[in-house]
Amino acid sequence: MVGGRTIGGRILRLYLPLAMFIVGMLFPFYWMLITSIKPNRELYNAKIMPLIVYQPTLKHYVDLLYETNFLTWTYNTMLVAIVTTVVSLVIGTMMAYPLARMRFPGTAVVAIGVAATYLVPQPLLFIPMSDIINRLELGNTLTAVMLTYPTLLIPFSAWLLMGYFKSVPRELEESARIDGASRFQAMTRIILPLCTPGLLSAGIFAFTLAQNEFLYALIFLAKSDVRTVPIGAITELIRGDVFYWGQLMAAALLGSVPVAVIYSFFVEYYVAGLTAGSVKG
Amino acid sequence: MSVRPATLARTAPVSAGRSALRSFLEREGIFGWLMLAPGVLFLLAFVAYPFFYGIFLSLEDRRVASPGTFVGFANFVTLAHDAVFWQVVRNTFIYVTVTTVLKLAGGLGMALVMNQAFRGRNLVRAFLLLPFIVPTALSTVAWMWILDPTFSVVNWLLVHGKLITSGYSFLGNATLAMGSLIVVNTWRGMPFYGITLLAGLQTISYELYEAAAIDGATGVQRFLYVTLPVIKPVLIIVTMFSVIFTFGDFQLIYALTHGGPANATHVFSTWSFDIGMSAGQLGMGAAVALAILPALALLIVALTLYLRRE
Repeated sequence: MVGGRTIGGRILRLYLPLAMFIVGMLFPFYWMLITSIKPNRELYNAKIMPLIVYQPTLKHYVDLLYETNFLTWTYNTMLVAIVTTVVSLVIGTMMAYPLARMRFPGTAVVAIGVAATYLVPQPLLFIPMSDIINRLELGNTLTAVMLTYPTLLIPFSAWLLMGYFKSVPRELEESARIDGASRFQAMTRIILPLCTPGLLSAGIFAFTLAQNEFLYALIFLAKSDVRTVPIGAITELIRGDVFYWGQLMAAALLGSVPVAVIYSFFVEYYVAGLTAGSVKG
Repeated sequence: MSVRPATLARTAPVSAGRSALRSFLEREGIFGWLMLAPGVLFLLAFVAYPFFYGIFLSLEDRRVASPGTFVGFANFVTLAHDAVFWQVVRNTFIYVTVTTVLKLAGGLGMALVMNQAFRGRNLVRAFLLLPFIVPTALSTVAWMWILDPTFSVVNWLLVHGKLITSGYSFLGNATLAMGSLIVVNTWRGMPFYGITLLAGLQTISYELYEAAAIDGATGVQRFLYVTLPVIKPVLIIVTMFSVIFTFGDFQLIYALTHGGPANATHVFSTWSFDIGMSAGQLGMGAAVALAILPALALLIVALTLYLRRE
């Protein structure tokens, strides 16, 4: 917090660059919104000023909801995201807890394994994974993505939670155990409640990652009624060279709403998780 | 954090057998491994197994729905003689390095601007992070329209600002298409750098700056000798994470250019998708994907070692 002693200095150091960042970061969202409420005669007219809407319409939203499978895609996306988030959070917690708070043979290897699986990128795995899913005969089922998303979410949540679990003093569990609590009770009744912020961060992140997942959904979900929102929008609202821009933007905007709502409620946890995941390591 | 006294049920007297079982389960190694088992088994089955199976596939001439035969390193030899492969190597390298430099510089700028006190800072921070949290494929759709050959708003602004006479075809020209990908990736990733670096900046105490100012340090000197040393670890970790994830980027490129025009924007992930999935050559596709492993392994090992040292 240095500088900004004069009004001029403050404009130059703060308001001007800040305004540029805000416009740059948010313009695509403005563009999404404005395109989604423009009638086609405004959308496909290169002569008129494109930055504002003259006669806003909800036609694209109505068409999106009635003429495409958008609601089914939304349902699929939410179902998969919620199930995989919960499963990954439970398994991630179960892994992170002993790794962070105990020392027994094998912890070092598993901890490195978790870090490695977190960092191995999906493009390295999707071809063999597609063959495995085919052999399990799970193509075009939501089970296929529910089974594969946790490969991304579990290492991530375990990684993030380890940092939180390490920050709780060891004496707390020890005194609980002297009072007669089992290890499991000490974990669920003492440590986990103290780590609620961490669990929230991991949960929100996992949910966001699940909503954002694209590659596995693209490969495994080839039928319209099992698709997720990103795949449905990319594959069905763009047909050959024909683009339904209004509907596409309406879909992009509505598809972003669940993440944005959760995010707006828990921004602080999101930021905390972001910094803990990469800063604390 | 406050600690509430936990109410614990008094353990009822139990039989000798049950208490033996309980004390067995209470042993650190037993309890720990029981907790680890589900996750470890899952990751072995769905990460480790596919990984090694991918290596096996890359040594076969396997196609979809037909058994393959072992061909040794033939796929890799073919790749090494394929001009497209080397173009993909170059594209990936350009994409990763240019976006990393831009995200780092822009993110640092964002963090420094945001580190000044002003009203509504938390709200601004929340809004600036939006590009990073919104599903990538969906925000890329907005960029497709921003960069549309006929109706691009960028072209409209440039033409009406009398900077150019006719619009660019952003995604139809090899250089412009790569440039567009770099811009969109930077737009999406910069807030991640900005917000994490901001958190790093906020750990620097005001006294340090004051002391430096008293000693007569200029703004640039304060940045170089106070700010930079403190946030260096954060800077390195964030950059390494981002490089690893940019290497694995798929959806942004797939949605925006599909690797085109004429392979000009294909990176490892999109090219191996085209070969392995669209053309059904599983063996060759797996080989393409594995070709990034050496560079990636180096990065992952470096990051892991750095994290352990910290």
